[in-house]
Formats: sequence, C-alpha cells, structure tokens
Amino acid sequence: MTTYTDAHAHDEHHDHHPSGIMRWLTTTNHKDIGTMYLTFSLIMFLVGGIMILGVRAELFQPGMQLMKPEFFNQLIGVHALVMIFAALMPAATGFANWLLPLQLGAPDMALPRLNNWGFWLLPPAAILLTLPFTLALFGIGDGAVATGWTLYAPLSVQGGIGVDFAIFSVHLLGISSVLGSINIIVTIFNMRAPGMTLFKMPLFAWGWLITAFLLIATIPVLAGAVTMLLTDRHFGTHFFDAAGGGDPILFQHLFWFFGHPEVYILLLPVWGFIPHILSAFSRKPIYGYKAQVYSFWAIGVLSVVVWAHHFLTVGLPVPALLYFMYSTMSISLPLAVLFFCWIANMWKGSMSFETPMLFATGWIILFGIGGLTGLVLADVAADAQYHHSYFVVAHFHYTLFAGGIMGVMAGVYYWLPKMTGHMYSERLGKLHFWLTAIAFNCTFIPQFFLGLAGMPRRIPDYALQFAEFNMISTIAAFVLGLSQLIFVYNIVRCVRGGEKAADKPWEGAEGLEWTLSSPPPYHSFTVQPQVK
Amino acid sequence: MVDRGGSAALVCGSDAGSVALMTDVTDRDLANRRLVVKLLWLVAGAILFTIALVPLYNVMCEVTGFNGKTRGQSAQVEKPAKVDESRWVTVEFTSSVMPGLSWEFRPKQSSMKVHPGQMQLATYIAKNVTNSEVAGQAIPSVSPGQAAQYFRKIECFCFQRQALKAGETKEMPLTFYVSPDLPENVQTITLSYAFYSAVK
Repeated sequence: MTTYTDAHAHDEHHDHHPSGIMRWLTTTNHKDIGTMYLTFSLIMFLVGGIMILGVRAELFQPGMQLMKPEFFNQLIGVHALVMIFAALMPAATGFANWLLPLQLGAPDMALPRLNNWGFWLLPPAAILLTLPFTLALFGIGDGAVATGWTLYAPLSVQGGIGVDFAIFSVHLLGISSVLGSINIIVTIFNMRAPGMTLFKMPLFAWGWLITAFLLIATIPVLAGAVTMLLTDRHFGTHFFDAAGGGDPILFQHLFWFFGHPEVYILLLPVWGFIPHILSAFSRKPIYGYKAQVYSFWAIGVLSVVVWAHHFLTVGLPVPALLYFMYSTMSISLPLAVLFFCWIANMWKGSMSFETPMLFATGWIILFGIGGLTGLVLADVAADAQYHHSYFVVAHFHYTLFAGGIMGVMAGVYYWLPKMTGHMYSERLGKLHFWLTAIAFNCTFIPQFFLGLAGMPRRIPDYALQFAEFNMISTIAAFVLGLSQLIFVYNIVRCVRGGEKAADKPWEGAEGLEWTLSSPPPYHSFTVQPQVK
Repeated sequence: MVDRGGSAALVCGSDAGSVALMTDVTDRDLANRRLVVKLLWLVAGAILFTIALVPLYNVMCEVTGFNGKTRGQSAQVEKPAKVDESRWVTVEFTSSVMPGLSWEFRPKQSSMKVHPGQMQLATYIAKNVTNSEVAGQAIPSVSPGQAAQYFRKIECFCFQRQALKAGETKEMPLTFYVSPDLPENVQTITLSYAFYSAVK
C-alpha cells in the first residue's frame, strides 16, 4: 500500500510540468511526445496534400496552365518526401509512443529524453525541406529539390541548392528515425510487464519491432548515399560521376537498398494494428497470431534483398533480373498468409461496422489491389512497359495511401477515444470513410489506365488522348483532399469535448491499454500489471 | 554517449513507477544502456557497410562484367595463350561525347572481325573544335555485359586523360584481344567509349 501512495505522490509531483510551450519543448512523457508526433504528422499530411493538389490542378488539362515545369518537378518531389518522412513515418512513431507503453504495461518509453530529441529534430527537418520554396520567392536559389524523391544522380549532382537542403533534411530525419527506433527496441525488450513474453506481445509491438530493426539497418545506407551525393556536389569526389570513374547506377542501388525496406517500414506498423481492430469488431480473438509474427519476420528479411526491382529497366544482366523478379514475387507468399489471417479473423465473427472497422475492411481490399498490381510490376517482361508510367504511381498510392494512411486512420478512430477520453462523431467518421474510399478510387483507378496507355509519370504535360482520365483523377483528388478536412474537424472536436468515452469503448477490444482510464493517467502503469 | 548525470533523466519515466523497487529500476536502467550501446554498434555497422558497398560494387562489376565494366589498365593482362582460328568474333565500335566537352569523337572503323586470342589495333579519332586546350577522359563500356571480362585491353587511350590543343585532331589507338575463353554464344561484342570533360 505504501508503494502505491509513494508512487502516487511522486506522480503528483511529476504532473507539475512547465506550462505553455515549455511543456512541449521539454516533455519526456510518452503521451505528450506521441501527441506531438501525431499532430506534426497531421499538419504535414495537409501540407503534402496541398502540394499534390497543385500538381493535379496543373494536370487537369493538357498544356501548361498554372506553373513552370521546374516548379511542378519541385512539387512532386517534395510531396513524396513530406508524405513519406514527415507524415506517414511520424504517424507510425506517434502511435508507437502512445500505445507501446500502454500495450506492454510500461510506465513510459525506455529512453524519454532521447524520445524528446527524436521528435524535435523533425520540425527543423521539415523546415529545411520546404524553405527553398520561400527562398526562391526572395530570389535566392531556384527552389526546392526538383529531382523527385529518389534524388537520382547525375540529376541531383547538377541540381540547385534545393538538393543540399533536401540532403540535410534527410540527415535530420534519419537521425530522428534511428533514435526513435533505438528507443522502441529498448522499450519492447526491457519494459514489458512481468509475464508478457515476446509471443504474448500485441501484434502492433511486433510490427514495430521489425520496423525498428529495418530502420536501423537501412537508414544509415540512405544517409551514406546522400552524403556521397553531397561530397560529389561540393567536395570533388566522383562516387556517382562516370567521368571520374564513378557510377550513377551505384546511387540507385544504394538508394533502393534503403528504399525498398522503407516500404515495409511504412507498412509493418499498420499491419500491426489492423488485426487489433479486426479482432475487436468481429468479437473474435486474433486469428493466426504466430503465423502473422513469422510472416512479419519473413517480409522484413526479404525486404532487404529485392531492391533492384525498382530499376529493372536500367540494364541489369539477365541473371540479376531473374533473381530480383523471383525474390520480389516471393514476398507475396508471407503477405498472402497475412491476408488470409485478416480475412479469417472476420470469418463468422459477429461483426459491426463502426468507423475503425470500415477503414480496416476497406483497407484490406485497397491494400490488396496495391499488392496485386505490385506483382505485375515485379514481372521483368511487363515492367519494361509499365516502368515510370502512371501505373506505378497508382500502384504505390494503393499501397501507401490506402495501405499506409487509411490504415493509420483506422488506428486513429480506434484509439482516439482512449487518447482523448471522448467519443468522436461516428456520423462524421463514416462520412469521412466513404468520401475517402470513393474519391481515392476515382483518383487512382484512372491512373492505372493512364499508365497502361503509356502516360509517363513526373511530366507536367501530356498528350490529348489522356485528357479525360486526368480530368476525372484531378476532380476526385480535390474531393479526396477536401474530405480530409472532415477528419481534422472530427479529431479537433473529439479532443475538445464530447461524449465521455468508457475505459473500454469497444465491446470486443482486447489489450492492456483498455484496462486504464480514458484518457490514461499521465504516467501510464505506475504499477506494472502481471500478465498471465 | 550519455553522461552519468543524464542517466537519471533516461529513466525518469520509470522512476515514477517503481519507486519502491529502486534496485529494480537501476537494473533496468543498466539493461537499457547496455542495449542502447549494442544498437548503436548496429548503426555503426550499417554505416560501415554502406561505405564498404562502394568498393564492393566496383569489384562486383569488374568480376562479373555487370554494367559492361571492363578491367582497367592491367598489369594483369597476360598475353593470350593461343589464337583460336576456328572462331570469328565481330567487335563493333561506337562513341559518344558527353555534355560539357566540345569534341568530335568517332571510331575510324565501325567494326572488325577477329579471332579470339588475336591481338588487334583499333583507332578512334578525336578533334577539339574549341579554341582552347581541353582535357578529356574516355570511359569504356562493353556490351553484352557477360563479354566484358573477356575483352582485354593491352594499350588504350582511356588509360589516361587526353589533352587536345585548340583545333587539334588526334588519332587515339587501342590494342586489345578477345580472350579465347569467351562463351560460344557471344558472336558480337560492342565497345562503346564515352568521352567526358576530364575532372579537375
């Protein structure tokens, strides 16, 4: 009993944190930091969205109407960098911060101060990335990085100051990710409640554990590659310069050695929390827990040996083409196991379709389309036709917008009552889902057709024959963008008040986080629970 | 990495929790730090791996001929053991001049037929069309890639940078042979030179 009061007194003491901006600058609390990550992610999601709406507006009709091609190039590259590094990755890290201590029965993350630093590296990185836009308005430089997010040499060796800003931004984002990953691995290994073995961990923790290892293994490769780019640009090295004995193809290898695992870095945390949602709203336990964990591992390992399928058309020798084709396709085996588990989880369950479940089930279908179109692209013979076309653009938006962001939205709706202590508006949530799902498909299905018809990506103008599909895609993209405002409004409304949420607002939900109050106390588990 | 004073802050989340179990907290703190150090080694390993990838990539290309990379200037090029007069191989020559170098550059012969193992001389012609002295560097590439390692250069203008005076025209020789070990299915080899402005 003394233990409890002691801890409680201490807790009171800790609640006297600085107020105002200093609270957020100095906080080491996992929920505060999680909230900052998620807020930052939401803001950058809107910023990246506005950029791509500019692109879609330009593509509304053939010909150049709104902007110069250089500015168009800047928008597409920065859109991708912002969405990947500043929207989707921080969203996953934000969830890790919020949920891991709650789900593992820990009082906080293992390394709270490191955690704070990890977050506060992000805003400067985002500013570095977008600053050249503003500088260009004052006549300094020629705008942001215009190479596309892949920063391919030799284009990036010749680019303007935007490339340098992007390189330093990637450095900061990389340091932040590696610090966050170290923190998550240490938390998962050392902070679990007594009795919670690795194979009793929630799948979300498993997904993040593998993500964190992938980040630690591959982010340094990206950091190394962009550093070589920087020295090529300014310090007379020739890593990627054929005239000096270097090789531009080397950059593609280095970039995609990071870039392909990055796809799974973005998706594994989502695969982690979808089963929780499916299980809760089907009122059945998670199906095939171990099969899912082993599939995570299999995909994590395979993801680092398939990178060259991103540049199958660059002139690789035939044995390499065959290897990368078959190894890429083999990823679909563990992924099929996951799909089977997700569907089996719902089989004969007593299902109900609240907003998180709508997003989760819609997610399975849309992510499935993303996966299957990826198989087409992995085929060496077919890829020769589809490479660098709008088919690729549609494919990776099905995996990253549907598979990534819509999965994150399912998680937001599922855990928002726990985080805020209030229920969100179910009516607005459902409206948001249907608008998002329909507008998303109307945006990207036409892009599959455009790609099949041969429209190249990253080009600001197009032939007249592509006009109708581009018009449909642009209109749907604006609907998609505007319907995200419902999402923002629903969250803000939920944070500010509304119907009180029960400790366990979802009937079928399972996990330690639902044993705490909604919202949870400032320090999550002051006494660690015993897991049987 | 973290100073001693910082260690208290590292566990400030957990000290709120298990105050009564102070020893437990310290143990966990130590375990955390040990794991952090291990993970930092992993990061360092990944950085070293990245640096190692650059030479590894070059070695891999030279050994396998990926990318059409030919062996460089070679002390290792031994004279061909024998000439295989039963086979003919066509060697084609192409050229290109990269942006930033105002030269004309073309092969004197578009192709030649050779026996594997037979020493041959080929010539390229380069002309500097500017009115100042310019240095260039030729970078070879052989296609198909699997033939690259069987294409041996004894003497080549690509071994050094070449300087041309204003308006100067120069014949650039190349002595080579095709190794008799060349796989039977390769009947044509294309040798391409790209001339770059020499790097400072």
